Amino acid sequence: METCIYNVIAFYMLAAVILGSAVMIVAVRNIVHSVLFLAACFISMAGIYLLLDAVYLAIIQVLIYAGAVCIMIIFGIMLIRRADMKESNLFNKQTKLAAGVVAMTLAVYGILAGKTAWTDVTSNVPVPADSLDKIGGLLLSQYVIPFEVAALLLTVALIGAIMLAREVKADGDN
Amino acid sequence: MLETIFIDIANWIRNLLGSAGVPALWNDTVMMLVKLTAIIVFILINALWLVYMERKVAGYMQARIGPNRVGPKGLLQTTADIGKLISKEIIIPKNVDKILFLLAPVLIFVPPLTIFSVIPFGKNMMAIDLNIGLFFVFAIASLSTLIFWIGGWSSYNKYSLLGSMRVISQMVSYELPMMLALLGVIMIVGSLNLSEIILAQESAWFIISQPIAFLIFFIAAVAECNRVPFDLMEGESEIIAGPYTEYSGMGFAMFFLAEYANIMIASAMTTVLFLGGWLAPFGLTFIPSWLWFFVKMYVVIFVFMWLRWTYPRVRIDQLLGFGWKVLVPLSLANIFVTGIGMYIYRALGW
Repeated sequence: METCIYNVIAFYMLAAVILGSAVMIVAVRNIVHSVLFLAACFISMAGIYLLLDAVYLAIIQVLIYAGAVCIMIIFGIMLIRRADMKESNLFNKQTKLAAGVVAMTLAVYGILAGKTAWTDVTSNVPVPADSLDKIGGLLLSQYVIPFEVAALLLTVALIGAIMLAREVKADGDN
Repeated sequence: MLETIFIDIANWIRNLLGSAGVPALWNDTVMMLVKLTAIIVFILINALWLVYMERKVAGYMQARIGPNRVGPKGLLQTTADIGKLISKEIIIPKNVDKILFLLAPVLIFVPPLTIFSVIPFGKNMMAIDLNIGLFFVFAIASLSTLIFWIGGWSSYNKYSLLGSMRVISQMVSYELPMMLALLGVIMIVGSLNLSEIILAQESAWFIISQPIAFLIFFIAAVAECNRVPFDLMEGESEIIAGPYTEYSGMGFAMFFLAEYANIMIASAMTTVLFLGGWLAPFGLTFIPSWLWFFVKMYVVIFVFMWLRWTYPRVRIDQLLGFGWKVLVPLSLANIFVTGIGMYIYRALGW
Protein backbone atom coordinates (compact mmCIF):
# COMPACT_ATOMS: atom_id res chain seq x y z
CA MET A 1 0.00 0.00 0.00
CA GLU A 2 1.62 3.23 -1.10
CA THR A 3 0.77 5.98 1.35
CA CYS A 4 -0.08 9.00 -0.72
CA ILE A 5 -2.18 11.97 0.31
CA TYR A 6 -5.27 10.65 -1.50
CA ASN A 7 -5.20 7.42 0.51
CA VAL A 8 -5.07 9.43 3.72
CA ILE A 9 -7.97 11.64 2.63
CA ALA A 10 -9.99 8.57 1.62
CA PHE A 11 -9.20 6.90 4.93
CA TYR A 12 -10.43 9.83 7.00
CA MET A 13 -13.58 10.21 4.90
CA LEU A 14 -14.39 6.51 5.26
CA ALA A 15 -13.59 6.60 8.96
CA ALA A 16 -15.94 9.55 9.41
CA VAL A 17 -18.74 7.71 7.59
CA ILE A 18 -18.15 4.51 9.58
CA LEU A 19 -18.13 6.26 12.96
CA GLY A 20 -21.01 8.54 12.05
CA SER A 21 -23.25 5.74 10.84
CA ALA A 22 -22.23 3.54 13.80
CA VAL A 23 -23.38 6.27 16.20
CA MET A 24 -26.59 6.74 14.20
CA ILE A 25 -27.37 2.99 14.45
CA VAL A 26 -27.93 3.34 18.19
CA ALA A 27 -29.15 6.94 18.13
CA VAL A 28 -32.11 6.77 15.72
CA ARG A 29 -35.50 5.76 17.06
CA ASN A 30 -36.70 3.85 14.02
CA ILE A 31 -35.14 0.41 13.81
CA VAL A 32 -35.42 0.37 10.02
CA HIS A 33 -33.19 3.44 9.85
CA SER A 34 -30.78 1.62 12.17
CA VAL A 35 -30.52 -1.26 9.67
CA LEU A 36 -29.86 1.12 6.78
CA PHE A 37 -27.14 2.91 8.76
CA LEU A 38 -25.73 -0.52 9.54
CA ALA A 39 -25.59 -1.26 5.80
CA ALA A 40 -23.85 2.07 5.17
CA CYS A 41 -21.36 1.26 7.93
CA PHE A 42 -20.60 -2.19 6.44
CA ILE A 43 -20.13 -0.82 2.93
CA SER A 44 -17.74 1.89 4.11
CA MET A 45 -15.77 -0.79 5.96
CA ALA A 46 -15.44 -2.55 2.61
CA GLY A 47 -13.91 0.74 1.41
CA ILE A 48 -11.25 0.48 4.15
CA TYR A 49 -10.41 -3.03 2.96
CA LEU A 50 -10.08 -1.68 -0.59
CA LEU A 51 -7.61 0.94 0.66
CA LEU A 52 -5.56 -1.93 2.10
CA ASP A 53 -5.59 -3.71 -1.32
CA ALA A 54 -7.69 -6.53 0.16
CA VAL A 55 -10.20 -6.71 -2.72
CA TYR A 56 -11.42 -10.17 -1.85
CA LEU A 57 -12.18 -9.23 1.76
CA ALA A 58 -13.95 -6.06 0.59
CA ILE A 59 -16.24 -8.01 -1.71
CA ILE A 60 -16.93 -10.64 0.97
CA GLN A 61 -17.76 -7.79 3.35
CA VAL A 62 -20.35 -6.40 0.93
CA LEU A 63 -21.76 -9.83 0.05
CA ILE A 64 -22.06 -11.25 3.57
CA TYR A 65 -22.67 -8.22 5.75
CA ALA A 66 -24.48 -5.68 3.58
CA GLY A 67 -26.14 -8.30 1.36
CA ALA A 68 -27.03 -11.06 3.80
CA VAL A 69 -26.88 -9.87 7.42
CA CYS A 70 -28.92 -6.73 6.78
CA ILE A 71 -31.52 -8.70 4.84
CA MET A 72 -31.76 -11.18 7.71
CA ILE A 73 -32.35 -8.34 10.19
CA ILE A 74 -35.04 -6.95 7.87
CA PHE A 75 -36.73 -10.35 7.86
CA GLY A 76 -36.71 -10.22 11.64
CA ILE A 77 -38.15 -6.71 11.71
CA MET A 78 -40.92 -7.56 9.29
CA LEU A 79 -41.91 -10.72 11.15
CA ILE A 80 -42.25 -8.93 14.50
CA ARG A 81 -43.51 -5.61 13.21
CA ARG A 82 -44.76 -3.01 15.67
CA ALA A 83 -47.78 -0.83 15.06
CA ASP A 84 -45.71 2.32 15.38
CA MET A 85 -42.34 1.96 13.69
CA LYS A 86 -41.24 5.38 14.93
CA GLU A 87 -40.83 3.98 18.43
CA SER A 88 -39.29 0.64 17.54
CA ASN A 89 -35.71 1.28 18.67
CA LEU A 90 -36.38 2.44 22.19
CA PHE A 91 -34.11 4.02 24.76
CA ASN A 92 -34.19 3.08 28.42
CA LYS A 93 -33.03 4.49 31.72
CA GLN A 94 -30.40 1.93 32.73
CA THR A 95 -27.64 4.50 32.69
CA LYS A 96 -25.71 3.07 35.68
CA LEU A 97 -25.35 -0.37 34.13
CA ALA A 98 -24.44 1.14 30.76
CA ALA A 99 -21.85 3.41 32.37
CA GLY A 100 -20.28 0.38 34.07
CA VAL A 101 -20.06 -1.59 30.82
CA VAL A 102 -18.63 1.38 28.94
CA ALA A 103 -16.08 2.06 31.70
CA MET A 104 -14.96 -1.57 31.63
CA THR A 105 -14.64 -1.57 27.85
CA LEU A 106 -12.63 1.64 27.93
CA ALA A 107 -10.41 0.18 30.66
CA VAL A 108 -9.69 -2.91 28.55
CA TYR A 109 -8.90 -0.70 25.55
CA GLY A 110 -6.64 1.45 27.72
CA ILE A 111 -4.70 -1.53 29.08
CA LEU A 112 -4.30 -3.00 25.60
CA ALA A 113 -3.22 0.35 24.18
CA GLY A 114 -0.65 0.66 26.96
CA LYS A 115 0.75 -2.82 26.28
CA THR A 116 1.00 -2.35 22.50
CA ALA A 117 4.51 -1.45 21.34
CA TRP A 118 3.14 0.80 18.52
CA THR A 119 5.85 -0.21 16.07
CA ASP A 120 5.18 0.11 12.37
CA VAL A 121 3.15 -2.98 11.52
CA THR A 122 3.02 -2.53 7.75
CA SER A 123 5.31 -4.97 5.99
CA ASN A 124 7.44 -3.91 3.05
CA VAL A 125 6.38 -6.89 0.99
CA PRO A 126 3.91 -5.74 -1.68
CA VAL A 127 0.39 -7.17 -1.50
CA PRO A 128 0.13 -10.08 -3.95
CA ALA A 129 -2.01 -9.17 -6.95
CA ASP A 130 -3.83 -12.48 -6.63
CA SER A 131 -4.79 -12.57 -2.96
CA LEU A 132 -7.65 -14.98 -3.67
CA ASP A 133 -5.18 -17.70 -4.74
CA LYS A 134 -3.26 -17.29 -1.47
CA ILE A 135 -6.43 -17.39 0.65
CA GLY A 136 -7.75 -20.39 -1.27
CA GLY A 137 -4.42 -22.20 -0.94
CA LEU A 138 -4.32 -21.62 2.81
CA LEU A 139 -7.96 -22.68 3.25
CA LEU A 140 -7.33 -25.98 1.47
CA SER A 141 -4.01 -26.79 3.12
CA GLN A 142 -3.37 -25.33 6.57
CA TYR A 143 -6.99 -24.71 7.54
CA VAL A 144 -8.57 -27.57 5.63
CA ILE A 145 -10.36 -29.17 8.62
CA PRO A 146 -12.24 -26.03 9.82
CA PHE A 147 -13.00 -25.23 6.18
CA GLU A 148 -14.47 -28.66 5.50
CA VAL A 149 -16.42 -28.64 8.76
CA ALA A 150 -17.94 -25.26 7.84
CA ALA A 151 -18.72 -26.51 4.33
CA LEU A 152 -20.41 -29.59 5.76
CA LEU A 153 -22.41 -27.47 8.19
CA LEU A 154 -23.62 -25.18 5.40
CA THR A 155 -24.58 -28.13 3.18
CA VAL A 156 -26.51 -29.69 6.07
CA ALA A 157 -28.27 -26.37 6.70
CA LEU A 158 -29.14 -26.10 2.99
CA ILE A 159 -30.52 -29.65 2.80
CA GLY A 160 -32.36 -29.03 6.07
CA ALA A 161 -34.03 -25.97 4.52
CA ILE A 162 -35.09 -28.04 1.51
CA MET A 163 -36.50 -30.74 3.80
CA LEU A 164 -38.45 -28.14 5.81
CA ALA A 165 -39.92 -26.72 2.62
CA ARG A 166 -40.94 -30.20 1.50
CA GLU A 167 -42.60 -31.08 4.80
CA VAL A 168 -44.95 -28.08 4.62
CA LYS A 169 -46.10 -29.32 1.25
CA ALA A 170 -46.86 -32.82 2.62
CA ASP A 171 -49.03 -31.27 5.34
CA GLY A 172 -50.83 -29.15 2.81
CA ASP A 173 -51.72 -32.23 0.76
CA ASN A 174 -53.28 -33.96 3.75
CA MET B 1 -9.01 -1.19 -36.76
CA LEU B 2 -12.70 -1.79 -36.04
CA GLU B 3 -11.73 -4.63 -33.71
CA THR B 4 -9.77 -2.40 -31.35
CA ILE B 5 -11.81 0.80 -31.75
CA PHE B 6 -12.50 1.24 -28.02
CA ILE B 7 -8.89 0.49 -27.03
CA ASP B 8 -7.72 3.00 -29.68
CA ILE B 9 -10.03 5.69 -28.30
CA ALA B 10 -8.78 5.02 -24.76
CA ASN B 11 -5.15 5.19 -25.88
CA TRP B 12 -5.82 8.37 -27.85
CA ILE B 13 -7.29 10.13 -24.79
CA ARG B 14 -4.43 8.84 -22.64
CA ASN B 15 -1.80 10.11 -25.10
CA LEU B 16 -3.59 13.43 -25.48
CA LEU B 17 -3.54 13.96 -21.72
CA GLY B 18 0.05 12.71 -21.49
CA SER B 19 1.26 15.15 -24.18
CA ALA B 20 -0.60 17.98 -22.42
CA GLY B 21 1.60 17.33 -19.36
CA VAL B 22 -1.07 15.88 -17.07
CA PRO B 23 0.49 13.80 -14.25
CA ALA B 24 -0.06 10.03 -14.39
CA LEU B 25 -2.37 9.90 -11.38
CA TRP B 26 -4.73 12.53 -12.80
CA ASN B 27 -4.49 10.85 -16.17
CA ASP B 28 -5.76 7.60 -14.64
CA THR B 29 -8.49 9.46 -12.78
CA VAL B 30 -9.69 11.13 -15.97
CA MET B 31 -9.60 7.81 -17.82
CA MET B 32 -11.70 6.16 -15.10
CA LEU B 33 -14.22 9.03 -15.21
CA VAL B 34 -14.43 8.75 -19.00
CA LYS B 35 -15.05 5.00 -18.74
CA LEU B 36 -17.71 5.39 -16.05
CA THR B 37 -19.45 8.18 -17.99
CA ALA B 38 -19.46 5.95 -21.07
CA ILE B 39 -21.04 3.14 -19.04
CA ILE B 40 -23.71 5.46 -17.62
CA VAL B 41 -24.57 6.85 -21.05
CA PHE B 42 -24.60 3.37 -22.58
CA ILE B 43 -26.89 1.94 -19.91
CA LEU B 44 -29.29 4.89 -19.87
CA ILE B 45 -29.65 5.00 -23.65
CA ASN B 46 -30.11 1.26 -23.78
CA ALA B 47 -32.68 1.26 -20.98
CA LEU B 48 -34.60 3.90 -22.93
CA TRP B 49 -34.56 1.98 -26.20
CA LEU B 50 -35.21 -1.39 -24.57
CA VAL B 51 -38.58 -0.06 -23.41
CA TYR B 52 -39.33 0.64 -27.07
CA MET B 53 -38.06 -2.82 -28.05
CA GLU B 54 -40.24 -4.41 -25.36
CA ARG B 55 -43.34 -2.65 -26.67
CA LYS B 56 -42.53 -3.61 -30.25
CA VAL B 57 -41.94 -7.25 -29.26
CA ALA B 58 -45.21 -7.21 -27.30
CA GLY B 59 -46.98 -5.74 -30.30
CA TYR B 60 -45.57 -8.41 -32.60
CA MET B 61 -46.53 -11.23 -30.22
CA GLN B 62 -50.08 -9.90 -29.91
CA ALA B 63 -50.46 -9.31 -33.65
CA ARG B 64 -50.58 -5.52 -33.41
CA ILE B 65 -48.22 -2.75 -34.47
CA GLY B 66 -46.95 -1.21 -31.25
CA PRO B 67 -45.71 2.40 -30.98
CA ASN B 68 -45.37 3.87 -34.49
CA ARG B 69 -46.30 7.57 -34.35
CA VAL B 70 -43.52 9.55 -32.63
CA GLY B 71 -40.48 9.70 -34.84
CA PRO B 72 -39.64 7.23 -37.64
CA LYS B 73 -41.24 3.84 -36.82
CA GLY B 74 -42.09 5.23 -33.38
CA LEU B 75 -38.42 5.31 -32.37
CA LEU B 76 -38.81 8.52 -30.36
CA GLN B 77 -41.82 7.25 -28.39
CA THR B 78 -39.86 6.40 -25.21
CA THR B 79 -37.89 9.65 -25.38
CA ALA B 80 -41.19 11.50 -25.42
CA ASP B 81 -42.41 9.37 -22.51
CA ILE B 82 -39.36 10.26 -20.44
CA GLY B 83 -39.88 13.94 -21.30
CA LYS B 84 -43.41 13.65 -19.99
CA LEU B 85 -42.31 11.86 -16.82
CA ILE B 86 -39.58 14.41 -16.08
CA SER B 87 -42.02 17.30 -16.40
CA LYS B 88 -44.49 15.69 -13.99
CA GLU B 89 -44.76 17.00 -10.47
CA ILE B 90 -43.03 14.88 -7.83
CA ILE B 91 -45.80 13.89 -5.46
CA ILE B 92 -44.71 12.88 -1.97
CA PRO B 93 -47.58 11.36 0.02
CA LYS B 94 -48.13 12.70 3.51
CA ASN B 95 -47.04 9.79 5.68
CA VAL B 96 -44.02 8.52 3.76
CA ASP B 97 -40.50 8.40 5.14
CA LYS B 98 -39.44 11.35 2.99
CA ILE B 99 -35.65 10.89 2.79
CA LEU B 100 -35.79 7.16 2.11
CA PHE B 101 -38.70 7.62 -0.29
CA LEU B 102 -36.63 9.96 -2.43
CA LEU B 103 -33.37 8.05 -1.92
CA ALA B 104 -34.62 4.67 -3.22
CA PRO B 105 -35.16 5.66 -6.90
CA VAL B 106 -31.77 7.37 -6.93
CA LEU B 107 -29.89 4.44 -5.42
CA ILE B 108 -31.64 1.82 -7.56
CA PHE B 109 -29.32 2.61 -10.49
CA VAL B 110 -26.09 2.20 -8.51
CA PRO B 111 -25.79 -1.62 -8.58
CA PRO B 112 -26.30 -2.05 -12.36
CA LEU B 113 -23.91 0.81 -13.17
CA THR B 114 -21.26 -0.59 -10.82
CA ILE B 115 -21.56 -4.11 -12.17
CA PHE B 116 -21.14 -3.07 -15.78
CA SER B 117 -17.65 -1.75 -15.02
CA VAL B 118 -16.24 -5.28 -14.65
CA ILE B 119 -18.01 -6.98 -17.57
CA PRO B 120 -15.65 -7.65 -20.49
CA PHE B 121 -17.54 -6.57 -23.62
CA GLY B 122 -14.77 -7.33 -26.10
CA LYS B 123 -11.25 -8.72 -26.36
CA ASN B 124 -9.26 -6.91 -23.61
CA MET B 125 -12.12 -4.42 -23.27
CA MET B 126 -13.50 -3.71 -19.81
CA ALA B 127 -13.43 -0.71 -17.52
CA ILE B 128 -11.81 -2.58 -14.62
CA ASP B 129 -10.09 -5.96 -14.91
CA LEU B 130 -11.00 -7.51 -11.58
CA ASN B 131 -9.46 -10.83 -10.64
CA ILE B 132 -12.62 -11.90 -8.83
CA GLY B 133 -15.08 -10.25 -11.19
CA LEU B 134 -17.76 -12.91 -10.85
CA PHE B 135 -17.79 -12.52 -7.09
CA PHE B 136 -17.97 -8.74 -7.39
CA VAL B 137 -21.01 -8.98 -9.66
CA PHE B 138 -22.97 -11.05 -7.15
CA ALA B 139 -21.90 -9.01 -4.14
CA ILE B 140 -23.13 -5.78 -5.74
CA ALA B 141 -26.24 -7.40 -7.24
CA SER B 142 -27.31 -8.57 -3.79
CA LEU B 143 -27.48 -4.93 -2.69
CA SER B 144 -30.35 -4.09 -5.04
CA THR B 145 -32.66 -6.23 -2.86
CA LEU B 146 -32.14 -3.74 -0.06
CA ILE B 147 -32.89 -0.76 -2.30
CA PHE B 148 -36.16 -2.22 -3.63
CA TRP B 149 -37.13 -2.87 -0.04
CA ILE B 150 -36.32 0.72 0.99
CA GLY B 151 -38.65 1.97 -1.75
CA GLY B 152 -41.49 -0.29 -0.67
CA TRP B 153 -41.09 0.20 3.04
CA SER B 154 -40.74 3.98 3.03
CA SER B 155 -44.04 4.34 1.13
CA TYR B 156 -46.08 3.34 4.25
CA ASN B 157 -48.58 1.60 2.06
CA LYS B 158 -49.72 -1.96 2.64
CA TYR B 159 -49.39 -2.93 -1.00
CA SER B 160 -45.89 -1.47 -1.16
CA LEU B 161 -44.96 -3.34 1.99
CA LEU B 162 -46.33 -6.63 0.65
CA GLY B 163 -44.46 -6.04 -2.60
CA SER B 164 -41.19 -5.28 -0.87
CA MET B 165 -41.51 -8.39 1.33
CA ARG B 166 -42.02 -10.39 -1.83
CA VAL B 167 -38.93 -8.81 -3.36
CA ILE B 168 -36.79 -9.88 -0.44
CA SER B 169 -38.08 -13.45 -0.18
CA GLN B 170 -37.93 -13.91 -3.96
CA MET B 171 -34.46 -12.46 -4.49
CA VAL B 172 -32.95 -14.27 -1.49
CA SER B 173 -34.49 -17.59 -2.59
CA TYR B 174 -33.22 -17.32 -6.15
CA GLU B 175 -29.75 -15.98 -5.35
CA LEU B 176 -28.93 -19.34 -3.81
CA PRO B 177 -29.58 -21.63 -6.83
CA MET B 178 -27.99 -18.99 -9.08
CA MET B 179 -24.68 -19.10 -7.23
CA LEU B 180 -24.78 -22.87 -6.74
CA ALA B 181 -25.39 -23.35 -10.47
CA LEU B 182 -22.36 -21.20 -11.29
CA LEU B 183 -20.14 -23.39 -9.09
CA GLY B 184 -20.13 -25.94 -11.91
CA VAL B 185 -18.69 -23.34 -14.30
CA ILE B 186 -16.18 -22.09 -11.72
CA MET B 187 -15.03 -25.67 -11.04
CA ILE B 188 -14.27 -26.23 -14.74
CA VAL B 189 -12.54 -22.89 -15.26
CA GLY B 190 -10.77 -22.68 -11.91
CA SER B 191 -10.98 -18.88 -11.88
CA LEU B 192 -13.40 -16.11 -10.96
CA ASN B 193 -11.97 -13.76 -13.58
CA LEU B 194 -14.66 -13.07 -16.19
CA SER B 195 -12.10 -12.85 -19.04
CA GLU B 196 -10.67 -16.25 -18.13
CA ILE B 197 -14.17 -17.72 -17.98
CA ILE B 198 -14.72 -16.46 -21.54
CA LEU B 199 -11.36 -17.79 -22.76
CA ALA B 200 -12.15 -21.22 -21.27
CA GLN B 201 -15.09 -21.44 -23.70
CA GLU B 202 -12.83 -21.37 -26.74
CA SER B 203 -13.62 -24.98 -27.73
CA ALA B 204 -17.18 -25.28 -26.42
CA TRP B 205 -19.55 -22.78 -24.83
CA PHE B 206 -20.67 -23.65 -21.32
CA ILE B 207 -24.26 -23.86 -22.52
CA ILE B 208 -23.16 -27.16 -24.09
CA SER B 209 -21.03 -28.57 -21.27
CA GLN B 210 -23.22 -27.16 -18.43
CA PRO B 211 -26.80 -27.17 -19.79
CA ILE B 212 -28.43 -27.72 -16.38
CA ALA B 213 -26.42 -24.88 -14.86
CA PHE B 214 -27.47 -22.64 -17.76
CA LEU B 215 -31.17 -23.43 -17.26
CA ILE B 216 -30.99 -22.82 -13.50
CA PHE B 217 -28.99 -19.64 -13.95
CA PHE B 218 -31.35 -18.27 -16.57
CA ILE B 219 -34.51 -19.04 -14.59
CA ALA B 220 -32.96 -17.51 -11.47
CA ALA B 221 -31.86 -14.46 -13.50
CA VAL B 222 -35.45 -13.94 -14.71
CA ALA B 223 -36.59 -14.14 -11.09
CA GLU B 224 -33.86 -11.76 -9.89
CA CYS B 225 -34.92 -9.22 -12.50
CA ASN B 226 -38.53 -9.54 -11.30
CA ARG B 227 -39.75 -10.32 -14.79
CA VAL B 228 -42.82 -12.27 -15.85
CA PRO B 229 -43.47 -15.11 -15.02
CA PHE B 230 -41.81 -14.17 -11.70
CA ASP B 231 -42.93 -10.53 -11.36
CA LEU B 232 -44.80 -11.17 -8.12
CA MET B 233 -43.48 -7.98 -6.55
CA GLU B 234 -45.45 -5.82 -8.93
CA GLY B 235 -48.27 -8.23 -9.68
CA GLU B 236 -50.77 -5.53 -10.64
CA SER B 237 -53.77 -7.83 -10.29
CA GLU B 238 -52.89 -8.46 -6.63
CA ILE B 239 -50.90 -5.59 -5.15
CA ILE B 240 -51.26 -2.68 -7.64
CA ALA B 241 -47.57 -2.08 -8.42
CA GLY B 242 -45.81 -3.41 -5.33
CA PRO B 243 -43.00 -1.16 -4.11
CA TYR B 244 -43.67 1.36 -6.90
CA THR B 245 -47.29 2.01 -5.91
CA GLU B 246 -46.74 5.46 -4.39
CA TYR B 247 -44.17 6.61 -6.96
CA SER B 248 -45.09 8.89 -9.81
CA GLY B 249 -43.23 10.87 -12.43
CA MET B 250 -39.47 10.43 -12.55
CA GLY B 251 -39.35 8.32 -9.35
CA PHE B 252 -41.42 5.68 -11.10
CA ALA B 253 -39.41 6.09 -14.29
CA MET B 254 -36.16 5.40 -12.42
CA PHE B 255 -37.50 2.08 -11.12
CA PHE B 256 -38.85 1.30 -14.57
CA LEU B 257 -35.53 2.04 -16.31
CA ALA B 258 -33.61 0.18 -13.58
CA GLU B 259 -35.59 -2.92 -14.49
CA TYR B 260 -34.17 -2.73 -18.00
CA ALA B 261 -30.67 -2.00 -16.67
CA ASN B 262 -30.98 -5.17 -14.57
CA ILE B 263 -32.08 -7.14 -17.62
CA MET B 264 -28.99 -5.88 -19.45
CA ILE B 265 -26.77 -7.04 -16.59
CA ALA B 266 -28.47 -10.44 -16.48
CA SER B 267 -28.16 -10.85 -20.26
CA ALA B 268 -24.54 -9.73 -20.26
CA MET B 269 -23.73 -12.19 -17.48
CA THR B 270 -25.53 -15.01 -19.32
CA THR B 271 -23.48 -14.16 -22.41
CA VAL B 272 -20.20 -14.06 -20.50
CA LEU B 273 -20.81 -17.23 -18.51
CA PHE B 274 -22.59 -19.52 -20.96
CA LEU B 275 -22.54 -18.11 -24.49
CA GLY B 276 -18.81 -17.55 -24.89
CA GLY B 277 -18.82 -13.78 -24.26
CA TRP B 278 -17.05 -11.99 -27.10
CA LEU B 279 -15.72 -15.19 -28.71
CA ALA B 280 -16.78 -15.48 -32.33
CA PRO B 281 -18.60 -18.74 -33.20
CA PHE B 282 -17.72 -20.77 -36.32
CA GLY B 283 -14.48 -18.79 -36.75
CA LEU B 284 -16.32 -15.67 -37.94
CA THR B 285 -13.58 -13.45 -36.54
CA PHE B 286 -13.92 -10.73 -39.20
CA ILE B 287 -16.80 -9.36 -37.15
CA PRO B 288 -15.30 -7.44 -34.20
CA SER B 289 -15.43 -9.15 -30.82
CA TRP B 290 -17.43 -6.40 -29.11
CA LEU B 291 -20.09 -6.65 -31.81
CA TRP B 292 -20.40 -10.38 -31.13
CA PHE B 293 -20.85 -9.65 -27.45
CA PHE B 294 -23.64 -7.16 -28.06
CA VAL B 295 -25.38 -9.41 -30.61
CA LYS B 296 -25.43 -12.27 -28.11
CA MET B 297 -26.56 -9.92 -25.35
CA TYR B 298 -29.50 -8.62 -27.36
CA VAL B 299 -30.51 -12.16 -28.31
CA VAL B 300 -30.69 -13.01 -24.58
CA ILE B 301 -32.64 -9.80 -23.94
CA PHE B 302 -35.07 -10.83 -26.66
CA VAL B 303 -35.54 -14.20 -24.91
CA PHE B 304 -36.36 -12.29 -21.71
CA MET B 305 -39.07 -10.35 -23.56
CA TRP B 306 -40.28 -13.46 -25.35
CA LEU B 307 -40.80 -15.15 -21.96
CA ARG B 308 -42.65 -12.13 -20.63
CA TRP B 309 -45.25 -12.08 -23.38
CA THR B 310 -45.66 -15.86 -23.45
CA TYR B 311 -46.13 -17.02 -19.87
CA PRO B 312 -48.73 -16.08 -17.25
CA ARG B 313 -47.67 -15.04 -13.77
CA VAL B 314 -47.13 -17.75 -11.13
CA ARG B 315 -48.31 -17.59 -7.51
CA ILE B 316 -45.91 -16.51 -4.74
CA ASP B 317 -45.98 -19.92 -2.99
CA GLN B 318 -45.39 -21.68 -6.31
CA LEU B 319 -42.47 -19.36 -6.96
CA LEU B 320 -40.77 -19.96 -3.62
CA GLY B 321 -41.57 -23.68 -3.70
CA PHE B 322 -40.05 -24.01 -7.17
CA GLY B 323 -36.90 -22.23 -6.05
CA TRP B 324 -36.33 -24.26 -2.91
CA LYS B 325 -37.67 -27.67 -3.93
CA VAL B 326 -36.56 -27.88 -7.55
CA LEU B 327 -33.78 -25.42 -8.37
CA VAL B 328 -31.68 -25.77 -5.19
CA PRO B 329 -31.57 -29.62 -5.19
CA LEU B 330 -30.99 -29.59 -8.94
CA SER B 331 -28.07 -27.17 -8.64
CA LEU B 332 -26.56 -29.24 -5.79
CA ALA B 333 -26.85 -32.35 -7.98
CA ASN B 334 -25.21 -30.41 -10.83
CA ILE B 335 -22.18 -29.69 -8.63
CA PHE B 336 -21.77 -33.39 -7.80
CA VAL B 337 -22.21 -34.51 -11.40
CA THR B 338 -19.72 -31.86 -12.59
CA GLY B 339 -17.19 -32.98 -9.97
CA ILE B 340 -17.54 -36.65 -10.93
CA GLY B 341 -17.37 -35.76 -14.62
CA MET B 342 -14.17 -33.77 -14.09
CA TYR B 343 -12.57 -36.77 -12.35
CA ILE B 344 -13.60 -39.09 -15.17
CA TYR B 345 -12.14 -36.72 -17.78
CA ARG B 346 -8.94 -36.45 -15.77
CA ALA B 347 -8.75 -40.25 -15.42
CA LEU B 348 -9.18 -40.60 -19.18
CA GLY B 349 -6.30 -38.16 -19.55
CA TRP B 350 -8.08 -35.42 -21.55
